[in-house]
Amino acid sequence: MTARQNKGMAAFVADCLRWSLAGGIIFKIYLASLLVVMGAGAVAYGKQFQEGLILTGMSNIVSWGLYISNFTFFVGVAAAAVMLILPAYVYKDKDLHEVVIIGECVAVGALVMCLMFITVDMGGPLKVWHMIPGIGLFNWPSSILTWDVLVLNGYLALNTLVPLYILYCNYHNRAPVGWKYRPFVFLSIFWAVSIHMITAFLYQGLPARPFWNNPLLGPRFLASAFAAGPAVIMMVLIAIKEWTPYPLDDKIFLKLKRIIVVAAVINLVMLFSEVFKEFYTFTHHSLSAQYLFFGLEGHTSLVPWIWTAITLNIFGTLLFAFDPSKGRSWYLMIAAICLFTGIWIEKGFGLIIPGFVPSPMGEVVDYTPTSNEILITLGVLATGALVVTILIKPALQILLNYKNSTVRRSDR
Amino acid sequence: MDDRNKKEDRKNKKTPPKTTRRTFLKGLSIAAAAGSAGLVTGGCVGSPPTEEMGLKWEEFFKKNYRLMTHEEKNETVARLERLAKIRYDLDIQVANQEPLEQVLYGYAFNISRCKGYMDCVEACVKENNLDRRSKTQYIRLFEMDPGQLDPTSGEGKYFHEVPVERKFYMGVQCFHCENAPCIKACPTKATWREPDGIVVVDYDWCIGCRYCLAACPYWGRRFNWGAPQVPRGEINPKQHYLGNRMRMKGVMEKCTFCIQRTRQGKLPACADACPTGSRVFGNLLDPDSEIRFVLANKKVFRFKEDLGTDPKFWYFMD
Repeated sequence: MTARQNKGMAAFVADCLRWSLAGGIIFKIYLASLLVVMGAGAVAYGKQFQEGLILTGMSNIVSWGLYISNFTFFVGVAAAAVMLILPAYVYKDKDLHEVVIIGECVAVGALVMCLMFITVDMGGPLKVWHMIPGIGLFNWPSSILTWDVLVLNGYLALNTLVPLYILYCNYHNRAPVGWKYRPFVFLSIFWAVSIHMITAFLYQGLPARPFWNNPLLGPRFLASAFAAGPAVIMMVLIAIKEWTPYPLDDKIFLKLKRIIVVAAVINLVMLFSEVFKEFYTFTHHSLSAQYLFFGLEGHTSLVPWIWTAITLNIFGTLLFAFDPSKGRSWYLMIAAICLFTGIWIEKGFGLIIPGFVPSPMGEVVDYTPTSNEILITLGVLATGALVVTILIKPALQILLNYKNSTVRRSDR
Repeated sequence: MDDRNKKEDRKNKKTPPKTTRRTFLKGLSIAAAAGSAGLVTGGCVGSPPTEEMGLKWEEFFKKNYRLMTHEEKNETVARLERLAKIRYDLDIQVANQEPLEQVLYGYAFNISRCKGYMDCVEACVKENNLDRRSKTQYIRLFEMDPGQLDPTSGEGKYFHEVPVERKFYMGVQCFHCENAPCIKACPTKATWREPDGIVVVDYDWCIGCRYCLAACPYWGRRFNWGAPQVPRGEINPKQHYLGNRMRMKGVMEKCTFCIQRTRQGKLPACADACPTGSRVFGNLLDPDSEIRFVLANKKVFRFKEDLGTDPKFWYFMD
């Protein structure tokens, strides 16, 4: 076992591939079903590529829909890795340091989904090169969208390269060299905040859309992300705890729970503040909020969604705040699913669609995604799940081997 | 004048080719086109002739219109005309006329005169080759009750005989803002304001992200959700690169004050078609123009003035 020094890059890649695909029959079925959903999504996208976005439910009034809603939400999930990195590196928290890598893998998966959602939403995906400086024209710094392109890709690079370096060292039975990666870890903390703030600025900076043109949008994005993101990580951790030999201390779950509760409560306070502003003095600019919460001119398609979301949000927060099970897996799983789903609806659909309704000319239409659009969305989600899975499995294997070998070395 | 230049340039092109970057690329492109044209057109059926694929290939890799030299503009325009001929057997003329000197266009709409006949909308659809399938319209007319001045409170879809007693009408379209939020939003600089004040879109450069549509407070932009369709006999062959040339699926479009007409000194189709004389269009820099008279002598206002967009479109009443 100790002869694993200097195996080189090729062995690293080969072992990672092997570990990522190894597993029992249930795991194989899981992988296969992800691939099936991805395939269906790809076929649906092929159709959309041929016919155009006319195959979606979007229109000139509601011109962003399911894709951009999901994009917005998963930027938050990506940013949430920082809630593990920050305590692990700044406060030197040993328990959370154990699972930082999992947060980073989730972030990579979320970012892959974000970039895919943007791509499937574009009218001319083959013309993306028009945005590349040098051969295209990059409207930076004027367009917030160009900022978003920069920060998302930068964050993806940070969250890929840092764990890759650490794992590569561990694979070769070495401790990573601090100065080589720590600066990037601290950079990624600021970067995480920036990806979410800038994504909020995309919407916040548009006076044309009063529902979005609200200084609280950015901070609320952060608060909801720091609740929903760790909830996703919690779900992944529970899965790891239940189905893999990788040891996870119960303290990790308690700490994660505390982070989620604080963020979720702040999120609810801000939500309440927004609702108060919209409805205490009802102005022309509150029409979008009315459409969202109560319906407008007989159009009520979002009303059941937003109330479901708020119920799940509050329920999930309460479950996390008062945990009579004292950290039992199934209980935390339910709480995480509630909170995650609630924020997903509220910050996806509930944020993007009402921004467009009523239109700047006062018109109210409903938006319903088509089945083709839903298939593409599911395909992207499945891709994200696949990415997270095949990243986490070899990562855990490497960490476990490294841990065992260091234990063995200290025994000797 | 520009048209004559263009024709001369095209004639010159037939003389023996110098090995410039462009001719080199052209040689390359025809060889490479076989493999890639499928991508560019989104699936090739059968085997289209090599010339078409070569042209498409060059079109795909051309620059943003604003970065093109005069020569390159002439070349792309010639390619577009040739492609229309090959693909649809259509004879079109695509102009690339530059803005006129000392001109800044402005528009004024007389809300006391308009009777809501919609002739402007119809003329606009025909002039600008707007998609008939999705019934795209650049102009919207709102039927208003007395006591209102905000088109958002009006009725944008009326299907009855006009004029109606005690109603008045407000037309909206792209307002060609001086401080346009859509231009700021575009990530690829595919939309900009020309020196004569017209906000245009380079359809071939637009990536279809629709951020400009979200940014526009006046709902002035329209997206091609599918491939636009215009019946063969109804295509207006007098086109402009930045104006009414045929759009493709997945790109943004908008009112261009009929750039193909106005740069030749004509009125936009809507102003031309209006039977009531409610639409005043002209050069804001010309002190003797009608638009300047309206701005100087009538009570005028603009829509959503509080947003600071500085539109070049005023409403006035008699």
